[in-house]
Amino acid sequence: MIDRCFTFIIWLTAGIVFLAFGWLISEVVVQGVGKLSWSFLTDEPARSGREGGIYPIIVSTLLILGTALVIVIPLGLGSAIWLAEFTKKSSKRVQSTRLILDVLAGVPSIVFGLFGYAFFCGFLDLGFSILSGGLTLACMMLPILIRTTEAGLTAVPNDWRRAGAALGVSRTTLLWQVLLPYASPAITAGLLLSIGRATAETAALIFTSGYVDRMPESLNDSGRALAVHIYDLSMNVVGGDKAAYGSALVLIIMVVIINLSANALSEFWLEKKINRLQ
Amino acid sequence: MSKGLVTGNAYTLGSIEQGEPCCEAVSHFSIRDLAVSYQQETVLSNVSLEVYKGCITALIGPSGCGKSSFLSALNRLSDMVPGAKVSGDIIFEGENIFDTSVDVRTLRTKIGMIFQKPNPFPLSIRKNLELPLKEHGVRNKSEIESKIFDVLHSVGLWNEVKDRLHCSALSLSGGQQQRLCIARALILEPSVLLMDEPCSALDPISSGIVEEMIQRLAGRYTIIIVTHNLAQARRIANYAAFFWMTERVGKLIEFGQCRPLFESPQHSLTAAYVSGEKG
Repeated sequence: MIDRCFTFIIWLTAGIVFLAFGWLISEVVVQGVGKLSWSFLTDEPARSGREGGIYPIIVSTLLILGTALVIVIPLGLGSAIWLAEFTKKSSKRVQSTRLILDVLAGVPSIVFGLFGYAFFCGFLDLGFSILSGGLTLACMMLPILIRTTEAGLTAVPNDWRRAGAALGVSRTTLLWQVLLPYASPAITAGLLLSIGRATAETAALIFTSGYVDRMPESLNDSGRALAVHIYDLSMNVVGGDKAAYGSALVLIIMVVIINLSANALSEFWLEKKINRLQ
Repeated sequence: MSKGLVTGNAYTLGSIEQGEPCCEAVSHFSIRDLAVSYQQETVLSNVSLEVYKGCITALIGPSGCGKSSFLSALNRLSDMVPGAKVSGDIIFEGENIFDTSVDVRTLRTKIGMIFQKPNPFPLSIRKNLELPLKEHGVRNKSEIESKIFDVLHSVGLWNEVKDRLHCSALSLSGGQQQRLCIARALILEPSVLLMDEPCSALDPISSGIVEEMIQRLAGRYTIIIVTHNLAQARRIANYAAFFWMTERVGKLIEFGQCRPLFESPQHSLTAAYVSGEKG
């Protein structure tokens, strides 16, 4: 009897979550699909975005994300490897680093926005630019990526480290040939999580990359990210709802494409490097 | 294994044949006053013994008496353990392995190690063997191929895996994995094999196969094996070292040729342990 109740509750909770998300997605799709067309993707916005397309905004979004990733991937992987492989787990320094990262991962984005505005735009004199926005996003993404990558590496059995050491295999070789490939699903998951947070970001970007909806000419230009565009259309532009839904749909499709390709890439690398049980 | 099966299972003691005593005792390792501590807590102290070339030396004694710590000091794998401190001298092939001039990675190519749990890398069988070779500068394709063939033959695995070298090493059975690990250690042409209870995670049949293989490797390699299986120690070892824990510190109680140690132990603790009264 208690089992039945429990089973029912589990199904119910899953059902509620599924329905909520289904409703959310279908709302965006239903409202936005009418707006979706080739010209919507390739035209400049007109009349504050009510008409025209979102081409410059897609480009800005990708540039901001790309800038952030160029910084985040090497720094994040490096720090995670340091934390997982080159430090004593129990040392004070490591534990405090970990605590700081966990706190940072949970800090509201507006705080990062203010920091980016003060530090990148102001102190480093980068102004409202894609560069400032990308760097601010990088700060937000780093803690997430570092902690998930570290967790992934820590989950790799220690047996292989000892086996490698006993064979006189260097840590570098072992990392590249065994540990990192084995941990790559976790690393990819962390990367996608942080990309998700970045693409959804508005608060941090309004302050740093600005909201100019023209085509950016370089990384020093201001650029409007998709999430900022959606926010602007729905809050500040009367009659911008349709375009907002269209942009939201494009954003969702973009995230799905990034997800799928990142997973495929990691799977490809994993298959090439690692030979798991088939 | 077949010898053991005559008188009972692998864990019963009886009139079991033992390995040949080594004809000439040439020292390979000289261990002097070895002590190991973790986080200032001594787990092993005052161990001095000789390990003879080409012989099988068995380390026996109850759990927690420092046998594995002793073993991992010999290839300096203890360096990896945070807070581990090793003191004393280990002279290996005329050189103290704790000298600053000793390159640990080269040392470990001369001293192979097999662990309790088989730990092949999650790579193909071939790559498991290639990885250490390439790491130590062997790039020639045909040389690699012939070495892979040789070591897989040595561990009796060639016929079982020759058609699936590209398959995952993790798809092998436990016993096969352990033999692959031994092959992986052998491919670097070490002179010593350290084995930390290599059969204890295996089923009796696989255990028997691995044990037989260890006996075949004796002579070509100096083998130091930790085992909880006294019958196995008796069957295969030429020398035996008995460790015991006194006041929570592991000590070497008795060391000598295997048969005398089992049949006429000098120390009462040894006698009690090998007869099964204590331990």
